[in-house]
Amino acid sequence: MAGRATLPRWVDIGLIPLINLSLALFVSGIVVLIIGGNPIRAVGLLITGAFGDGQMVPHGEAIGFTLYYTTNYVFTGLAVAVAFHCGLFNIGGEGQAYIGGLGVGLVCLYLDFLPFVLIVPAAIIGAAVFGGAWAFIPAYLQAKRGSHIVITTIMFNFIAAALMVYLMVNLLIRPGQQSPESRAFAEHAVLPAFHEILGAIGIEVARSPVNLSLVWAIVACVFVWLFIWRTRWGYAVRTVGQNTRAAVYGGISPANTIIMAMLIGGAMAGFLGLNAVMGEHHRLLLNFQLGYGFGGIAVALMGRNHPLGVFLAALLFGILTQGGGELAFEMPQITREMVVVIQGLVILFAGALENMFRPRIAAYFLARSERTQAAT
Amino acid sequence: MVVAAADGGERAPAVELIGIDKRFGAVHANRNVNLRAEVGSIHGIVGENGAGKSTLMSILYGFYQADRGEVRVRGQRVRVTSPREAIDAGIGMVHQHFMLVDPFTVLENVMLGAEGGPLLARGREEAARALEALEREYALDVPLDGVVGELPVGIQQRVEILKALYRGADTLILDEPTGVLTPQEAEHLFRILGALRDQGKTVLLITHKLKEIMAVTDRVAVMRRGEMVADRETAATTREEIAELMVGRKVLLRVDKTPAKPDRPLLAVEDLRVVDRRGVERLKSVSFQVRAGEILGIAGVAGNGQSELLAALAGIAAPASGRILIDGQPVPAGTDPHAMRRLGMAHVPEDRLRDGLVPPFEARENIILGYHDDPRYNTGPLFDRANIRQSCLQEMQAYDVRPSDPELPAANFSGGNQQKLVVAREVERDPVVLLVGQPTRGVDIGAIEFIHRRLVALRDSGKAIVLVSVELDEIMSLADRILVMFDGRIAGEMGQEAADERVIGCMMAGVGPEEMAPEPHHVGAE
Repeated sequence: MAGRATLPRWVDIGLIPLINLSLALFVSGIVVLIIGGNPIRAVGLLITGAFGDGQMVPHGEAIGFTLYYTTNYVFTGLAVAVAFHCGLFNIGGEGQAYIGGLGVGLVCLYLDFLPFVLIVPAAIIGAAVFGGAWAFIPAYLQAKRGSHIVITTIMFNFIAAALMVYLMVNLLIRPGQQSPESRAFAEHAVLPAFHEILGAIGIEVARSPVNLSLVWAIVACVFVWLFIWRTRWGYAVRTVGQNTRAAVYGGISPANTIIMAMLIGGAMAGFLGLNAVMGEHHRLLLNFQLGYGFGGIAVALMGRNHPLGVFLAALLFGILTQGGGELAFEMPQITREMVVVIQGLVILFAGALENMFRPRIAAYFLARSERTQAAT
Repeated sequence: MVVAAADGGERAPAVELIGIDKRFGAVHANRNVNLRAEVGSIHGIVGENGAGKSTLMSILYGFYQADRGEVRVRGQRVRVTSPREAIDAGIGMVHQHFMLVDPFTVLENVMLGAEGGPLLARGREEAARALEALEREYALDVPLDGVVGELPVGIQQRVEILKALYRGADTLILDEPTGVLTPQEAEHLFRILGALRDQGKTVLLITHKLKEIMAVTDRVAVMRRGEMVADRETAATTREEIAELMVGRKVLLRVDKTPAKPDRPLLAVEDLRVVDRRGVERLKSVSFQVRAGEILGIAGVAGNGQSELLAALAGIAAPASGRILIDGQPVPAGTDPHAMRRLGMAHVPEDRLRDGLVPPFEARENIILGYHDDPRYNTGPLFDRANIRQSCLQEMQAYDVRPSDPELPAANFSGGNQQKLVVAREVERDPVVLLVGQPTRGVDIGAIEFIHRRLVALRDSGKAIVLVSVELDEIMSLADRILVMFDGRIAGEMGQEAADERVIGCMMAGVGPEEMAPEPHHVGAE
């Protein structure tokens, strides 16, 4: 009765997502066909959009944009994944990223007397503290008062948006202009882009916004992995997520653990500000986070809340965002909304319908492993 | 004791299962099982957990379909693909967990699914008439207008029986029916089963209590690892033989232990009260002591304050008032489970899957639950994984947990092995006091024997053990001193030698112990 056979790992994290993804692309192709486009050409454009064609669009530029978007998705994906391990559905990545970006912006605007080597850690702390603080209030309400975190985090997204408009229009706007943007950051208060770093050591790469934040995103993935599976605090988070009663029995406080998980999740979302504000726009402005917070939910879902999976799913979403933009540009039938439809299909098949093929594939592999066992 | 068939001739068996074979993935739950239950008999089915009894009965009742084999009812081959069809074929089932609607009356519950038209009035009348006849016939003693949620468990169970009979069941399957009953209620149930048999009904009784098998069944079928290993006339066998057939080796049914040598009190409880969230007082001023080298058994029907007592002692529920002393030291108010463990209180919870384990976690992750910030499991901020794995492996081997695979999720172990995992975790931390709730619920005989031996060994090493169990046999054989709880109070106390099942049964049912108890009961410190 014990020792129930399990699926081979490569099937679980490789084959099944691949089948789901292929199906999503297939259905997308049908949709493209219906609106009068050529699906083969659309896929071609999507891919050259994301990776460049080496002529019109240099590879470096396209890949750079793809990786820039990927970085954003990694941060918001991790924000959802960490909370999910605690059994919480963090819908507030959008607001946490927005306020995290505010933290980064304030550091870059007001602490720019610091040298580069100090302003970077200060901005990281600013992002984590502001993003975490924005997650703390819903977390506290969930932990102590039982207010459902899905509702409160959604509301906090709206509050964040309103707060940012107020701050940008009334307080942080550069005097003497119409558009609600701050002054540009000092030259040493920005994260250098990769084309600048590589250019400095003599490697010429086309201009793109991908910057040092990508390295921090990889560090964040490793940190989350270590935290969740290798520390006693991550153990507490997973225990609360899987069986709250067992957590209480084991002396783990669910309330404190919920707050801890959400603080870390909020900090992860806040790091998006490093990439968008300090790495790309070099000033504080409105809506730099738009859509990534919600995209992060899909990324975490697809990546099965594992940092490696989150990274791969973020890469896929980076490709869809960048390639989709080019696709909308090149093919008149395909509007930006159409690209969102394709993204939606990927989410639908890879996330929501994850269990559509799983039982059949699982049955096939179990039967196969039984046969091989019987043969030996 | 087959009742002679009314038509005088050779009569087809009530139910016949032939060559039933069922697999769940890699698990072979039933292997070519045959079972033949005669009309007008009580047929016991015993076996360890995972032996395949529940699967077999689920196939008969239409929850599962067999991969191979056939089901015959009164000689006719039938295809049972849903409980609906089982009911139509005259098979009824009383589940371990009742399928009743609490706010409905008995009559409404019985009618459910057999209302007889869009308007209830006519159906209700018919049902009432039919039920009264059934009541008289089998002396079920159920108030038809009573609200089910307000009835005692024993009567709720009889409602389930009534429901099955009303639907025309000739064969009744009962799954572990006595787990929630007092001894008196169980006796009443067995009288009803006897009456059913005498009226020509057939009863299939799934149980793990060998005493019940010997007392009420005509035949007993024994299953082991998916196979039917024996089917005997009950009168021609013994408890020992059945136990041996179930486990596949000789087992000791009595707990082998020397008299206790109680020393200083390690746990003292003074006027402990627990009030639940709704303001109901669940534990009403309870006081007692447990000494070093002593097992204190707490008997009682489930729901009389035992769970709240364990929760308060483990630090899970905050007491409303009263004191707890561990080895003479008062435990400060507001001590959480984590701090309680540090004070030497280990706890094997009553419901291992809900409280004691995280089912999807691997064994090595479960072995540190509650002790996960112990310095020996951590190096700096990270877990010391090699050490955790090593100590998990050691404990699995010392407690004969099979398979001894630290990477296997807890959910994939059998009930007995899960429980051994929990017991290993709690006992191996060398506690001062061990709280044990239902240590052998849903645990097979082999594992019961092992767990009991471990508890006695812990006692002999000078620890205090509080044992809460609804299995009276377990309390009587394992505990050195017995407290009986009723309605949140201690209804009586006695030593093991003086323990008498009838007296304890009366106390469990709330009958005043004064006229029953053979000795004056003295509660608390002497």
